[in-house]
Amino acid sequence: MSPQFEIQLVAVIVAVACSLPGVFLVLRKMSMMSDSITHTILLGIVLAFFLTHDLSSPLLIVGAALTGLATVWLTETMNRTKLLSEDAAIGIVFPLLFSIAIILITKYAGSVHLDTDSVLLGELAFVPFNRMVLFGYDIGAKAIYSTMALLIINLAFIITFFKELKLVTFDPVLAAVVGISPSLIHYSLMMLVSVTTVGAFEAVGSVLVVAFMIGPPVTAYLLTDNLKHMLVLSGIIGAVNGILGFYLAVLFDVSISGSMAVITGLVFLTVFITAPHRGLISSLRRRSRQKIDFSKKTLLFHLYNHEGSEAEIQEAGVHTLADHLHWDMGLTDKIVKALLKEGNIIIENDVIKMTDKGRILSVAEYEALFSD
Amino acid sequence: MEALIYLFKDYTFQTVALGSAILGLISGVLGSFAVLRKQSLLGDGVSHAALPGVVMAFILTGSKDTEILLLGALISGLIATYFIINIVKHTRIKFDSALALVMSVFFGLGLVLLTYVQKIPNSNQAGLKRFIFGQASTLLQRDVYFMVICGVILLVFILLFWKEFKLYIFDDEYAKSLGFPAHRLNLLLSFMIVMAIITGLQTVGVILMSAMLIAPAVAARQWTNRFWVMVVLSALFGAISGIFGTAASSLMAKLPTGPAIVVFISGIVIFSVLFAPGRGILQKVIHRKNLKLFLRDQGGDGNVPTV
Repeated sequence: MSPQFEIQLVAVIVAVACSLPGVFLVLRKMSMMSDSITHTILLGIVLAFFLTHDLSSPLLIVGAALTGLATVWLTETMNRTKLLSEDAAIGIVFPLLFSIAIILITKYAGSVHLDTDSVLLGELAFVPFNRMVLFGYDIGAKAIYSTMALLIINLAFIITFFKELKLVTFDPVLAAVVGISPSLIHYSLMMLVSVTTVGAFEAVGSVLVVAFMIGPPVTAYLLTDNLKHMLVLSGIIGAVNGILGFYLAVLFDVSISGSMAVITGLVFLTVFITAPHRGLISSLRRRSRQKIDFSKKTLLFHLYNHEGSEAEIQEAGVHTLADHLHWDMGLTDKIVKALLKEGNIIIENDVIKMTDKGRILSVAEYEALFSD
Repeated sequence: MEALIYLFKDYTFQTVALGSAILGLISGVLGSFAVLRKQSLLGDGVSHAALPGVVMAFILTGSKDTEILLLGALISGLIATYFIINIVKHTRIKFDSALALVMSVFFGLGLVLLTYVQKIPNSNQAGLKRFIFGQASTLLQRDVYFMVICGVILLVFILLFWKEFKLYIFDDEYAKSLGFPAHRLNLLLSFMIVMAIITGLQTVGVILMSAMLIAPAVAARQWTNRFWVMVVLSALFGAISGIFGTAASSLMAKLPTGPAIVVFISGIVIFSVLFAPGRGILQKVIHRKNLKLFLRDQGGDGNVPTV
């Protein structure tokens, strides 16, 4: 395997492995918890390192995963006192744990290769240097195997507990009633997030793990309403981001994980603008259509109200209408023209009158809105 | 004790402590608004998002003046805020997801630009990274002047729009119905919060800045139900932690200033949550115990669950 291929492979595996638990984080409105965990695992790694004095010890992963859980527990305990809101609890717990980690590192670990840069920023380009050797044979970069294990764990967990995860995510009360413990599933999921973060940060750095966890699911969220589709789409988007990011990095000779995050942002931006039904364009079009629709109805009701009254000349006059409805001239013109074209109104001596068709429509719309 | 007196006479210490105190004060005041609006984490997002602005400012101007770099940070922080507000406004994506996405993507862009800068020949990019972790010890007197000016501007705005902001954060619907331009107030307030964050980047760095914004306000909230008392207390807590954090890091070898300040302010939060009169956990526990005793006196079995 060439180094380039190995890097791409790891990028794709990490991106897919991160996006799977990310789907549930996004749906459970816990995206910022991933940000919190990615910072606090540093403390777990540092503490485990003090115990083992070995940077490759599996205890480091255990320590990191445990701090991940501790972070979630601390945040929720603070939140449960009702003395501070959840976002404030997150914003207090993780900087504190992170600060303690940095203090410990600068104070005691000056002589080891454990620096905050490598944890926070990571570098995918170094992946091929770390080889996996089995019975004297070089069988590829170590990261391929570690991230692959991560992906398999995530897939296995989500496939096995799909039903439970789905129920707890969308209706925790029902889940509790039918005997599925929401908090057990919740903490298992958080465990998964912690382990994924630990497994991924070596390759991509902990801040960017957030981009891979949240980016693809949020993008997929704009494209589908189906949980299974969302999971599959997130995986695909994550993989595409990984490969495109790699080529962008090669093109400009810059940080690989950084460009993967940039691509994640660009892909999201594209989907955000163009997504059918939920994108920016369709949202703006829907809003303007609704505004015109609403304005038409308002004008019809207004005319119906004042039809035949003394004030009709004022209220429905072509030149005075805008003032009475508090509309600007442009909107008034547009609505009047549209209604004229549809044959719902006619203009007689500068006064707007309803046609029979308009009167019937006005009554029907009124009934539709206000009768039970 | 002598070491302490000696320390407070030290010129470098005075500069750094003053800078940290002003930072604590500014972020304490603005943080009260952010926390009450339940947008505490905006600080976290914006400070991460400031990184590409810092590096971009360096690429474009080649200067390492704090003011220029912070201007870049301000612009990219504002762009990020604009993105977040619009994603939430136009889609069903929630605030926290939008925040997490935008901040991590911006941070990634910052790293890309940083690695790009490192490849430019003859460019001395050292010192840009201090914005990631913060280095209070590099604060110069002019940096402190800069912070003072920013702080005064922010405080003047707060005083000018005090009643509007207060109304807006507690009841924005009512503010709208009274005819206040709620959207513009929101933008102004976000702008001011971003500015407060930017002034702190140099001292505590992008990652710990969120604590500076949230912690003083949360601590102050426990002691009072009056808004102006909360703001004053919050500013006080922020300033005190700034000074004490700096002092601790000067007295002890190899203790970084930013994390020391954060640990200090977190300590104040924990103390406040436990012991504040009225709201604190200790008072609740005592209250419950008394209630239990009272119920037993009244002939109950003493095991009545109380809320």
